[in-house]
Amino acid sequence: MSNTQIFNLPDVGEGLVEAEIVSWKVKPGDTVAVNDVIVEIETAKSLVELPSPYAGVVSDLLVPEGQTVEVGTPIIAVAPEGSQPAPATPQPAAGTTADTSAPEQPVPNAAPEAGPLVGSGPKADPVRRRLRRGSAASTAGTTTAGRGFARPSGKATAPAAMHLPEPHGQAQHVPPVPTDDDAAVPGSVSSGHRGEAVQAAVSRLLTRVLAKPPVRKAAKDLGINLADITPTGKGGEVTKQDLLSYQAQREAEQAAAPTFWAPRKGLLDNRIERIPVKGVRKATAKAMVESAFSAPHVSIFVDVDASRTMEFVQRLKKSRDFEGIKVSPLLILAKAVIWAAARNPSVNASWVEAESGDEIHVKHFMNLGIAAATPRGLLVPNIKDAQDLSLKELAVALNELATTARAGKTKPADMQHGTLSITNIGALGIDIGTPIINPGEVAIVAFGTIRQKPWVVSGEVIPRWITTLGGSFDHRVVDGDLSARFMADVAAIMEEPALLLD
Amino acid sequence: MGAEHLPASEFDIEELEQSLVTSDPADAPPLVQLMAPDGSLREDTKYGHYAAHLDGEALRAMYRDMALVRRFDQEATALQRQGQLLLWPPLLGQEAAQIGSGTALQAQDYVFPTYREHGVALTRGLELSKVLRLFRGVSNGGWDPRESNFHLYTLVLAAQSLHAVGYAMGVQRDGDDAVTVAYFGDGASSEGDVHESMVFAASNQSPVVFFCQNNHWAISVPTEVQSRIPLSNRASGYGFPGVRVDGNDVVAVHAVTRWALERARSGKGPVLIEAFTYRMSAHTTADDPTKYRELAEEEKWRERDPLLRLERYLRSTNTAGQDFFDQIAAEADKLAASTRADVLAMEAPDFEDHFANVYAEPHPLIREELEWHRQYQAGFAEETAGQAEGEAR
Repeated sequence: MSNTQIFNLPDVGEGLVEAEIVSWKVKPGDTVAVNDVIVEIETAKSLVELPSPYAGVVSDLLVPEGQTVEVGTPIIAVAPEGSQPAPATPQPAAGTTADTSAPEQPVPNAAPEAGPLVGSGPKADPVRRRLRRGSAASTAGTTTAGRGFARPSGKATAPAAMHLPEPHGQAQHVPPVPTDDDAAVPGSVSSGHRGEAVQAAVSRLLTRVLAKPPVRKAAKDLGINLADITPTGKGGEVTKQDLLSYQAQREAEQAAAPTFWAPRKGLLDNRIERIPVKGVRKATAKAMVESAFSAPHVSIFVDVDASRTMEFVQRLKKSRDFEGIKVSPLLILAKAVIWAAARNPSVNASWVEAESGDEIHVKHFMNLGIAAATPRGLLVPNIKDAQDLSLKELAVALNELATTARAGKTKPADMQHGTLSITNIGALGIDIGTPIINPGEVAIVAFGTIRQKPWVVSGEVIPRWITTLGGSFDHRVVDGDLSARFMADVAAIMEEPALLLD
Repeated sequence: MGAEHLPASEFDIEELEQSLVTSDPADAPPLVQLMAPDGSLREDTKYGHYAAHLDGEALRAMYRDMALVRRFDQEATALQRQGQLLLWPPLLGQEAAQIGSGTALQAQDYVFPTYREHGVALTRGLELSKVLRLFRGVSNGGWDPRESNFHLYTLVLAAQSLHAVGYAMGVQRDGDDAVTVAYFGDGASSEGDVHESMVFAASNQSPVVFFCQNNHWAISVPTEVQSRIPLSNRASGYGFPGVRVDGNDVVAVHAVTRWALERARSGKGPVLIEAFTYRMSAHTTADDPTKYRELAEEEKWRERDPLLRLERYLRSTNTAGQDFFDQIAAEADKLAASTRADVLAMEAPDFEDHFANVYAEPHPLIREELEWHRQYQAGFAEETAGQAEGEAR
C-alpha cells in the first residue's frame, strides 16, 4: 500500500487552525473519484463539505466523527484503485471490530514512509521557521528564529507522530495523556489521542488565555476574567460552555450563601459535605505537615511605619520609567527581603540531611518565592536569581508571576528551587499571622495589611501608614538573634526605602 | 444569563429593512432585458440592435464560455477545499454579466478587474489557471497584464476604478481609441475610490465604462443597506448615463456594454452599467452565506440562472442540440483536469526573485541587500535541508 495517499485537513477559511469532523460521507472500501464529497467538517466559521483530492479506494478514516483536529492532521487514506482490494478494515469511527476472518489484515494506518504530505496545502504552517546555526550572521535574525521555533516544532512533529508505522492491523492503543474528553470516544484510534496530546502540549506553551472572540466579548460584558475559568476546549481554550457554566456556578454560589446554614432534610450525614482531598490541596497538606513537624518554627513580628514606602510607591507609579508596570508595596518588601538576606545570609539557606551528617547549604542566589492563591490552590512560584534584578525588572517579574499564577499556568519548574518566600496575607485584609516555611527553605516573611493608624511621632499622635511584618524561621538554622536582625533590616527598608540606595 | 447573551450578529437585518424608506417603484430604472428567463426574446428599441449581430454561432460561443468558466470555478473551489489554494472567490451566478460584457470589448480596450472577474479573464484570452497563481500564493500577480490588456486582480476594494480612469485619461492624451472598463461590485460602490474616479471621469469625459456587478451581497451586507436608490441612478449625479441591465441575460449585457463602449470611444464620456445579478455562492471560500441570507432567496435566483436561460433559448430554437451540450460538458471537464494539473505543478517562487522586482535596472542598494539575504539564508543549519525540501513538496 505504498501508493496510499493521505489527505491532511486543509485550512478552508482564512487562517483557521482546527475543525471538527462532523460526519464521514464515505467508509473504508468505498471507491471515490476526485471531488466526490468525503466528509463534512465544522470550522469556527461554517459547516464545509470537503471534496476528495484523490481517486481510489478509501483505505482508512483516520479521525473519528465528533473529534476536533488541527489543520494539517491526516484525516483519510485513499489507495489507488486496483492496487489493493481493500476489504473492510477496522473503522475507528464506527467502533466495530475488524472482521478477523479476513485472510490478510491490511494495515489501517497505512504508513507513508516518505511522508507524502500532498494535500496539506501550500502554506499549512506559515510560521514555521528553520533552525539557525549557532554563529548567526545577524543577531536580529537569531532571536526571531529562535523564538519562533518552539511553537511550530510541536506542530510540525504532529503529523509525523501519527504516521508511525504500525506493524499490526489492530489500532494499537497508546496510553493517552488523560484528558476529560477521552471517555467520549470509545475505541478511538491512537492517532487521535496523540493528536490531542500534541495539541495540549502546544497550548501549554502559550501562556495567554485562549478563547474565541465572541466568548471573549461575552466574558468582558459579564465582568468575568477569562483566567478564572477552567478551560475545557480542545486547544485549552475557554469555550462558550465553560463561560456559561462558570457564570451559572458563580450565580449559584452567590445564591447559595443564605441557605448554607439551612438545615437539610433527611439524615444527619447530609449536614456534612465531604470533599475528597486531591491535587494541589493534597500537595499543600503534605508540604505543610512536613515543614511544620520537621522544622522547629520560630515566629517573630514587628510593626512598621510604612508611610515612606507608600510615598515611594506613589512616586514610582507616576514615574515615566514605570509606566504600564504595576507597582505595589510588595515590590518594596521583596527588594527589602533580598537586601536584608545579603546582610544575614543564613536566612537564605536550607537544612540538608545527608549520609555523612547534616549540612546547612547557604545559597548565594535568591530564588524569591511568592505565595499565591490560584484557581488550582496555593502555589509558591519563585523569581529566579531575584538578586540580579533592578527594581523595575523585579516589578515586571512580580507581575508576570502573579498573572501566570492567576491564569493557572504556573509550571512546575517555576515552583522548584526556591530559597526564601514571602506571603502577602495583607492583600486579604489580614494584619499578620504565623506563616509556615516552604519546605526546603528556612525562612518566610509574612506581609500584613497596610492601613492608617494613630502613631506617635516626636511625641505627637498623627495618622501614619502602619503594617506588621511577621517571619517564621527554622530554628535549626536561624537563631533568635539572627532572625531578629533580619526582620529589623527588612523593617528598616520599609520605614526608609532610600536605604536601598546604599 | 444564558446563551442569548452571546452576540449573534452585528445587526438585525429585518429591523434595518423596515427602517429603510423604500423608494417608489416607479422611480426604479427600467431593467434592460433582451432574453427573458424562459429563453424568449424581448424587444428593445434602444439596445436591441446592439445585439443584432449575435448569430447562432456567437450565442453558442457565449454559452461555451459561460459553461467553461463555471466548471473552472467549481474546480477552483474544490482545490481550495483540498488545501491547494489559500482562498477562492467564486463567480457562480455572474457568468452572463462577465461573459456578456467581456465579449463586447475590442482588443485595444483595457480591463481593470476586481478579484472575481474570472469570466472576463476568459474572454480576454487569459489562460485561466494563471489566475490561480495568486490564490495559491506563488505569485503577487500571475500574468503579464500587457499581453491581454487584463489588469491584475485588485484586492484593495475599488482601487482599480481609479486605475481605470487614470488609464483612460492617458488614452485621451495619447489620442488612442481604447476604452477602459472598471469592474467592481455593489459593495465596492460604497468606497470613496469609486466616487473620486467617477468625478474625474465625468470632468474629463474620459473613455471609461464603470461596470458594476450588483450581486446583491457585499459579503453579508445586502445592497439595500448600502444604497437607498438603485445604484445606476447614481450616475446622473455625476453627469453621465447609468443603465440597469439584467445581469443574468448575456445578450442584454453584451448589447448594453457595446453601446457604452461605442459611446465612450466616440468621446461622449463615461457610462455606469449596473448589471443586476446574484452571487449564488459564498463571497469567498472563507464565507458561509447561510448565516445571513435565506435559502428561499437563492432558490428564487436559481430560476434566473444565466446558463439555464441561454440553454432554453438554444434548445427551443434548435440553435444547439444535445450533442453540443455534451461536447461542452466534456470540454469543461477537460479544462478542470488541466487546471488541477497546472495548480499542482505550480512551484513556489524563489525569495530572491523579489529583489529583481524593485528597480527596473540593477541597483547597488538592492544588490547589497540581496547579498545580505544570501548570507542570512546560508546561516541555517544543514540538518533542516531535508525538512525544508519536504515542506516545499
